Amino acid sequence: MTVLDKTAQLTRKDRGRHADRLFWALCVSAGFAVLVILALILITMVKEAYPAFSADFFTSSSWVPNDPDGDGPAKPVYGTLAFLYGTVVVSAIAVIVAVPVSIGIALFLTELAPRRVRTAIVTLIDLLAAVPSVVFGLWGILVVAPALVPVYQGMHDVLGGVPVLGSLFGEPRSSGRTFMTAGLILAIMIVPIITSIAREVFATVPDSDKQAAWALGATRWEMIKGAVLPHSFGGVVGAVILGLGRAMGETIAVALVIGSSVQIAANVFESGYALPAIIVDQWGESTGEFTAALIGMGVVLFVITVLVNLVARFVVRRAEIRMRGASA
Amino acid sequence: MTTTATRPSAAAAPVPADLRRSALPLRRRMTDGFSKGLMGLALLIALIPLGLVIYHVTSRGIAVLDWDFIIDDIPNSARRAGGGMGPAVAGTLLITGAAAAMAIPLGVLGSIYLNEYGKQNALARLIRTMADVMTGVPSVVMGLFIYVSYVLIVKEQSGFAAALALGCLMLPVIIRSSEEMLRLVPDELRQASAALGARRWKTTVSVVLPAAISGIVSGVMLAIARAAGETAPVVLVAGTIFTSNWTLDGANTTLAAQIFKNAGEPFPAAQERAWGAALTLMVIVLVFTVVARLISSRFAIKER
Repeated sequence: MTVLDKTAQLTRKDRGRHADRLFWALCVSAGFAVLVILALILITMVKEAYPAFSADFFTSSSWVPNDPDGDGPAKPVYGTLAFLYGTVVVSAIAVIVAVPVSIGIALFLTELAPRRVRTAIVTLIDLLAAVPSVVFGLWGILVVAPALVPVYQGMHDVLGGVPVLGSLFGEPRSSGRTFMTAGLILAIMIVPIITSIAREVFATVPDSDKQAAWALGATRWEMIKGAVLPHSFGGVVGAVILGLGRAMGETIAVALVIGSSVQIAANVFESGYALPAIIVDQWGESTGEFTAALIGMGVVLFVITVLVNLVARFVVRRAEIRMRGASA
Repeated sequence: MTTTATRPSAAAAPVPADLRRSALPLRRRMTDGFSKGLMGLALLIALIPLGLVIYHVTSRGIAVLDWDFIIDDIPNSARRAGGGMGPAVAGTLLITGAAAAMAIPLGVLGSIYLNEYGKQNALARLIRTMADVMTGVPSVVMGLFIYVSYVLIVKEQSGFAAALALGCLMLPVIIRSSEEMLRLVPDELRQASAALGARRWKTTVSVVLPAAISGIVSGVMLAIARAAGETAPVVLVAGTIFTSNWTLDGANTTLAAQIFKNAGEPFPAAQERAWGAALTLMVIVLVFTVVARLISSRFAIKER
């Protein structure tokens, strides 16, 4: 009977079996591509940058990439401390400014805004994330930096005399291209990423907890303080670390507005440099060991951002697991 | 908590609690109002820069932007007025397109592995984490990577190198967003297909992918929009040119790279070109973003 034949066909070893295996292999190798690329980044860059890694690389703040006296006794020095310092200062400013703003927006979106308003605002925040960083840089260097100089001057006049703050808020650069300007531009750029993760975290707070707070007669703020914030602390910390990672790696906007001077200054109104910024700025004029030093800074940047990202993902995931346990 | 509850006694019937907002102590009401005000303020603080950026780019860009600007060659002296961004427009479209052509198939296949085959096994979890980490790798590092692993070997800066770098940046984004979309496809569809005798790959290609395609496309569009605005890798590996190069061989340039180059110049002519290029780039990015949103909202699979 034909029916029996059909049954036999179901288990027939046909070409489809090979297609299945082939497709699987394709997919696995595509997945592997991620691992391969990450490994290659580390290997090829370390190999290329190796000649530049010396004791000076991490401990010196003097950057004299071109041989100062031809074949004379003075050798070029590749000290990256000033750039590390700039990166840390600028990212710190960005995070300090962006975190309260992002958390405020995330709370507004999850706890306060009606649905209609929410979608509109989410679209706007996404739009903020879609603006290319070089456009922020252009806007920063030509519009924001000059406009902020009087503001900096005002802050300096008020706070300049105060003992500790005075050294932080010193005499501002007349160009306005400073640590502070770079930090503020970066803050705008990391707000969307922190907001979107914080929003996800707030959304996982169990409704029962919120309702319990309402039932006890809490005002909206008391509900947020008592039910939402304690629940999402871990996740928000993860979001902040992710924002920090993004801020440290951001290149172009910072390169344009940080002012490009190699120095370690406590004054946030002074110009400086950051790790990614110097790479793009001096790439064109570099050769040999100079290039190796720039690639070396790329390696440092890569290692830092990978670590920061891993930590952030770990923190977010742990917080998520804890929350899922709580809501179950 | 809102009012002092009156104890029901034999004499008085229970008084209903006063739940009106005005019954709250002034301090609690003020903290509440104050916190709401702060949240609104936070929103305003973020939206003002967005408005200002869009305003400045549009108002300054529109002054220089016309058809000639989009097709004319870049003047080879930054201080000279006039000229356009033709080569940069060509380079942006070409390089981003090539990057997408490399990253999309790889990314979608990778996401199929993660969601259809690997699911929660160790390898899939590792790839997922590493894709997240790769999303965080700064674009300048990706540029350096392509420089040491490709440009140094072929000994030529080229548009293709830039496309490779942008492709590497797009890959993890596409993998993760496509995986999210595949996860939304109901298992019943896979089971129905399997019950009809379709093989795994057939099910994936002709049932799962079509069901998730709108979400995948919108994720891909967002990745393309991001890549079009990337600057650092292009500056590092693509070199620069002043006349259009419609091939992937040889030096090339993009709008983003030209904005970076011209923004740092002290000459008004260069700055004007930078604003014009910025407006052109914003329009390209915006078109991709809006189309992505439209696709995802029009054809979204209902979340389970």
